[in-house]
Amino acid sequence: MTPDNTFEAVATAVAAHQHLPGALMPMLHAVQDAVGYIPADAVPTIAKALNLSTAEVHGVVTYYHHFRSAPAGRQVVQICRAESCQSMGGEQLWAHACVRLGLHGDHPGTTPDGAVTLEPVYCLGLCASSPAMVVDDKLHARMNIQKFDRLVAQAGSAA
Amino acid sequence: MIIYVPCDSASLAVGADEVALAVQAEADRRGLAIELRRNSSRGLFWLEPLVEVVTPAGRIAFGPVAVEDVASLFDADWSSSHPLHLGRPEDMPFLQKQERLTFARMGITRPLSLADYEAFEGFAGLRKALQVSPAEVVQQVLDSGLRGRGGAAFPAGIKWKTVAAVQATNNQAAQKYIVCNADEGDSGTYSDRMTMEGDPFMLIEGMAIAAVATGATQGYVYIRSEYPHAVATMRRAIELATAAGFLGDKLLGSAHSFHLHVRMAAGSYVCGEETAMLESLEGKRGIVRAKPPLPALSGLFGKPTVINNVITLASVPIILARGAAFYRNYGVGRSHGTLPIQLAGNIKHGGLVEKAFGVTLRELMFDFGGGSASGRPIKAVQVGGPLGAYVPESQWDIPLDYEAYAAVGAVVGHGGIVVHDDRANMARLARYAMEFCAIESCGKCTPCRIGSTRGVEVIDRIRDGENRPQQVALLRDLCDTMVHGSLCAMGGMTPFPVLSALNHYPQDFGLPV
Repeated sequence: MTPDNTFEAVATAVAAHQHLPGALMPMLHAVQDAVGYIPADAVPTIAKALNLSTAEVHGVVTYYHHFRSAPAGRQVVQICRAESCQSMGGEQLWAHACVRLGLHGDHPGTTPDGAVTLEPVYCLGLCASSPAMVVDDKLHARMNIQKFDRLVAQAGSAA
Repeated sequence: MIIYVPCDSASLAVGADEVALAVQAEADRRGLAIELRRNSSRGLFWLEPLVEVVTPAGRIAFGPVAVEDVASLFDADWSSSHPLHLGRPEDMPFLQKQERLTFARMGITRPLSLADYEAFEGFAGLRKALQVSPAEVVQQVLDSGLRGRGGAAFPAGIKWKTVAAVQATNNQAAQKYIVCNADEGDSGTYSDRMTMEGDPFMLIEGMAIAAVATGATQGYVYIRSEYPHAVATMRRAIELATAAGFLGDKLLGSAHSFHLHVRMAAGSYVCGEETAMLESLEGKRGIVRAKPPLPALSGLFGKPTVINNVITLASVPIILARGAAFYRNYGVGRSHGTLPIQLAGNIKHGGLVEKAFGVTLRELMFDFGGGSASGRPIKAVQVGGPLGAYVPESQWDIPLDYEAYAAVGAVVGHGGIVVHDDRANMARLARYAMEFCAIESCGKCTPCRIGSTRGVEVIDRIRDGENRPQQVALLRDLCDTMVHGSLCAMGGMTPFPVLSALNHYPQDFGLPV
């Protein structure tokens, strides 16, 4: 997205949600959906529209795990690390993903080539089919290491 | 020929969309006219994708169906000769032994079909509620004995009565809200997700009844961002219900108005706590509020607000439709009605079991669940989410009942059951509980914010064998402070899994048995 497009997308999201009671959360979702993250430049615009301080908006953006302050990789892989998935090998899946992508398990982030962002997630509600994960918006349950390699190979070739 | 393929997230996650496409493609290739219907899931997740075909003998199920199986199913003419043939779902023991009241339509209807919903008693409760006085509706909910299914088990009728009783003394108090807490963040729970994705009109109906009972005209469903399918289904269901007159101005031609909105959360576990959720809905960081004031008196935007969990609200339509006594007669002691229990983790037959209170963990894990998925012995079961206790085998015969569980330091919570086999290391799981609290604490109160971080360190020292007896005493003391000093259940209940692991599985901490 070019800076001009980003500016426009933020302005559109702000205008579309400004009238709502408690508008900040829907507005941030709209910005992230359109731009992929909440650009630092968008914070003063949002704050002004809602008559909040930039510190308040920054506080909300950084409080919630869902909101990003920087762009993600071309693919986003989220692996569930909660108890149910742990009981079915979720931690081994996580460890494998870190090795496979060359990321550190405690601070995974994005691969240096920008291909994949790895994130933990705490429950996808697929606990009867553990372990579970998400690749971009697609859910995958009854995961194992072989399936992971297939999915990430697909993700790599699609990028 | 009518063929059903579920569209529930848990079915999609194991390929239901691909199977649906394959079924249509195979039918086209053979020149067969079929009607492909996307139903909700019956909750037999080990059999998903569970495909059903309509026959003169009823719906016949096959599962779990993979794309590769589709051609052979057509070859076998969807008959009992196919190895994936399961027979009629209602004859399957897993379903036959259940008492499905709120989940009665689950897997049978199409989630966004108003006609399907109404064909199975849908909106009968709302119609009843509109025939009697609001006070009578509240009385029905009180008499049913329905307690909040979100975890705290507070009587739903009392909350409703409090909100209903707030008089509009001036224009300030005139606005009231119904808020549905759909921030189902507990690992091992998915009944809210199933409800929103599989039977969304039931939740809408329950909220509309709550609005009629209390005089609320605006409502919000606060859904976690990890559930995008639930968000999409609820949004669409609200549009359909509004267009058909079940929501909006003048509900079904009555004097009541109720407008319902979906709000998406953003991945903060503590926003499942009701006051943190209100802050989030108001556009702030989801930090817990001190109580009082109670949300019933000063809730969303400072107005009187009913806050209930998805299943609590979804239980209301049947209470109104069939009467309080019908519902109350299920259960044991002061735990009335049914609970959708969610079998998860290392379990062979994981899925949704709706049963009256009083069923035991042993029945759930073995009669329904079929034992562990790995085939290894079951070591520990966490009941009631990540803040629930680990229940050892000596307690597996206690009836599922809020009071009986509380008596042994456990919680029923939202009915999630996560099974671990003998490979589980309970000291590691105890550490995880503290670590989860440290990640998710809202930070407002010290016992939770600092206690959780110190908790991780102390458990590490115990595991490393550093001054073990002293460190165990320190951990117990820390847990005591968290239980009694925390502002909400996040810090107040994190000691439950930690202490239950320590008490029942001391060997995993390197302590004598």
